[in-house]
Amino acid sequence: MSWMRFLHRKRSDSELQDEIEAFLTEETADNEARGLTPDEAARQARLKFGNPQRVRESLWMQNTPQRLAGIARDIKYACRTLNRTPGFTIMAVAVMALCIGVATSLFTVVRSVLLRPLPFRDPARLVMVYEHFRGGELSYHPVAPADFYDWRSKTHGFEDMAIMRPAEYNLTGARNELSESVGAEAGSPNLFSLLGVQPALGWGFAEADDQRGSTVVMLTWSLFERRFAGDAKIVGGQIHLDGKPYTVVGVLPSWFTYPNTGIQLWVPYKADASPEMLQHHDWHGSQVVARLRPDVSLASAIAQVGAIQYQNHLQYPHDPVAEDVVSRSLNEDLAGDVKRPLMLMLSAVGCMLLIGCLNVANLLVARGAARQKEVAIRSALGAQRATLIREQMAESVLICAAGGVGGILLSLGATEWLAKAWKDLPTAQSIHMDGAVIAFACALMFAAALIAGLLPTLSSTGKSMLKALQTSVRTGSSSVSRTALRKSLLTAEIGITVVLLVAAGLLLKSFMQLRAANVGCVVDNTLTLQYNLPGKRYDTPEKQNAFNEALLAQVRAMPGVRGAALGTTVPGTGYWGTDEFTVEEHAPLNTGEHLPDALTRWADPGYFSALGIPLVSGRFFTSHERVERSYKVIVSRQLIQQYFAREDPIGKHLHIPGRAHDGAPNLMDWEIVGVVGDILYQVGKEPKATIYFPILEGRSGATLAVHTATDPLQFSVMLQKQIASLDPELPVSNVLTMNQIIGASLVNARLSTTLVLAFAVLSLILASVGLYGVLSYLTIQRTSELGIRMALGAQRDQLLQLMLMDGLRPALFGLGLGLLMSFAATRILQSMLFGTKPLDPVVLSGVIATLLAVAVLACLAPAWRAFRLDPMKALRTE
Amino acid sequence: MRNETHPHNEMLKGTLDMMILRTLVAGDAHGHTIAKVIERTSEDLLEVEQGSLYPALHRLEDRRWVSSHWGASENNRKAKFYRLTAEGRKQLVRETSRWRQMTRAIGLVMGEERGAQ
Repeated sequence: MSWMRFLHRKRSDSELQDEIEAFLTEETADNEARGLTPDEAARQARLKFGNPQRVRESLWMQNTPQRLAGIARDIKYACRTLNRTPGFTIMAVAVMALCIGVATSLFTVVRSVLLRPLPFRDPARLVMVYEHFRGGELSYHPVAPADFYDWRSKTHGFEDMAIMRPAEYNLTGARNELSESVGAEAGSPNLFSLLGVQPALGWGFAEADDQRGSTVVMLTWSLFERRFAGDAKIVGGQIHLDGKPYTVVGVLPSWFTYPNTGIQLWVPYKADASPEMLQHHDWHGSQVVARLRPDVSLASAIAQVGAIQYQNHLQYPHDPVAEDVVSRSLNEDLAGDVKRPLMLMLSAVGCMLLIGCLNVANLLVARGAARQKEVAIRSALGAQRATLIREQMAESVLICAAGGVGGILLSLGATEWLAKAWKDLPTAQSIHMDGAVIAFACALMFAAALIAGLLPTLSSTGKSMLKALQTSVRTGSSSVSRTALRKSLLTAEIGITVVLLVAAGLLLKSFMQLRAANVGCVVDNTLTLQYNLPGKRYDTPEKQNAFNEALLAQVRAMPGVRGAALGTTVPGTGYWGTDEFTVEEHAPLNTGEHLPDALTRWADPGYFSALGIPLVSGRFFTSHERVERSYKVIVSRQLIQQYFAREDPIGKHLHIPGRAHDGAPNLMDWEIVGVVGDILYQVGKEPKATIYFPILEGRSGATLAVHTATDPLQFSVMLQKQIASLDPELPVSNVLTMNQIIGASLVNARLSTTLVLAFAVLSLILASVGLYGVLSYLTIQRTSELGIRMALGAQRDQLLQLMLMDGLRPALFGLGLGLLMSFAATRILQSMLFGTKPLDPVVLSGVIATLLAVAVLACLAPAWRAFRLDPMKALRTE
Repeated sequence: MRNETHPHNEMLKGTLDMMILRTLVAGDAHGHTIAKVIERTSEDLLEVEQGSLYPALHRLEDRRWVSSHWGASENNRKAKFYRLTAEGRKQLVRETSRWRQMTRAIGLVMGEERGAQ
């Protein structure tokens, strides 16, 4: 009802005016009837009625909720004040919008990646189980299927466990047309029920499908839509994978993009796994998902699995079988390496937001100073402190509200950009804004308004304000406390800026180191592409070699080609596989000692010379070392340094349990024929011992790297034509230059470096603006004091020094504070740095120099004004 | 204790509403009439301040104790008439009984009733 009254108060006011009119007429008529003259009658009537304006006002107030009216008045007043200084308002709103927008975007990503529960049934009980070699390099080691089958049958802590491994297929239509290479996963049939996923179409895998030679396949929704035009008739129909017909038994729902969006189809786990692979405890290459029983703790379930694994380890002392298992939640597993940089950026943007708030607070303190007397007088006349605070808060609330709205709009765009620019962001969930994110932005907005508004307001309405009444402008000391507040705000601002600058400097240096890292081979003008020879047509090593060698010969004959290398994994593309080995000629290892391991690579005879990898000793492969005669290996310098101390490795043998000779499962010795230089398997990682096998022993999958004389991308079409001339149906994938490959591995480092650097620079600008503002204000305040000093004989350069020191003092305090905070903060950063120490002297001195230079610049202008002061004018100012 | 020369025009808070309601029992009336009736009935001891009469009328209307309509006054001029509603009648009964209790209580304290005995 009061709302109705409020909304109709205009109408009720006009009615009241009519009523008053009616009253006056009646009263006048009465008076006239009593014999007064018309003028006197009207005068008496008005006298009797009193002030009609007062009546109207009291009704108007009665119709208005007082609190609301007060707030509306505050807002109106704040709007007018802000309107008077549009420059300040736009700056403050822009700063707030930027800070809130970026923070909201990052929070959106964090929420989608780290916080939101996965779209599976009861996701809190889902964990990934990994093997763990005590003292090994990888904390989460892929699982051998044989271990998994033991875990599943012998432990009871989990409701169910499922296994999967990545695969790749050459997908063609029913008549072998339109071939494309698709990413796939081979998963045990219970995986989908374990996750709680029903196929959108069809029926899915049955337990019986999980056997060797099984030819059933499930499509993901994206492949179903893209390749089969969403036609449900494909369910029950056939597609060709690597030339073999497979029956489509189901289509997964569109939201199911697990483990990532690159996966296009699923086959049963055992469909193309060899029996050896399933039986050996050292065939590490699978992931295990498990669902915890509700009544069992994760620790005890994992302990059970660990006990089984330790038995396996004891049972196969000479094989690389892990001693232990570890687990992590599915959510954490998907977030993987993204968590740390995300948290880093979130804290960086938090710092920036805080600086933004402090800056707005600082500016508001300055504005509040002008109103100090007014506030003091009003409070002396009985204004309540709460009212005064509310009135002054209105400005900061308005700024932050406008900033918040701008920020939300900004973050709509920024989130999309961020999700695209960030490589390897887990995509099991879509990244988008939702209610929680908007709520977060609103909370940020309120927090910002509180920080920015409450600090200046509390200081200006406290007990000290009565002093403002007592002091005169002449004494120049009227706002010592306010200046002190501004200086401490400034100190905090500069301190946080220093932390950001140090973090950004370290990341920048680390990034430069990464860029400058020597991969160990030719990088410029090198094009790589991958292909996979389908097993149906290339079923023997001879056929595979025939294709590979023909291709190499053709490519090497192309004009403009300096060299061509054929291998499995070119430098810079990642870890891929390792093999454990022992040196045959050395004394056997003690039981329980770790088998050394090395990266496994294959190479053709011309591989090293084409990629410019130097020969250290021995020789390269020859074209005679093929198929049965190929039991020779080349090792990297790192391996020699680690395992052949002062010993000639050439002619020695490596015993590699994972690589038995063809047809002779007990022969596992490989002769070392050469030693080559180290390469980086991934930029940012230390080089690792590597074993190269001859690719001519027969490999179906290969990477061709071509070193060209000119721009390598011009060669890509020609190269694909060469391949098509040998086999028109063979698809090629990942046509990339080496620089692209290495650049791609730096994308995330580049992104976090750029963003943190941008935040730091912005904070520096904000802090210097704050410094400039405070000092300008101080100069104006102290004008008369400076005039007196000059009149008493102070030299101009002394004044300059005085003012400069006044501004530089908070900067120096802030610097010291910031450096102290940095010592703590950079420890967290340590794991993200490459070739850079957390207390890098170059970075630290750079930060100190930058900050001091900017601070001096910001202080110079106001100090210069003090320097050029005319003493006569200064003395006259009030 | 009354000062006979000056009308005691400071009304007890809350009594104006009650008196307006009471006045309207006799029939619909506009603001001028209501003020006049109160003043006459109180033998001019009470003077209705216009500053509080009109806000009070609007307040009563908001609480649905009176309703209003525009009509012609006895002198055939346009005026806003107020009418007592059923709800208002109940409110008047409540207020009146409370008022009686109050005056009796005050009377007891001031020793008037006992003194009369």
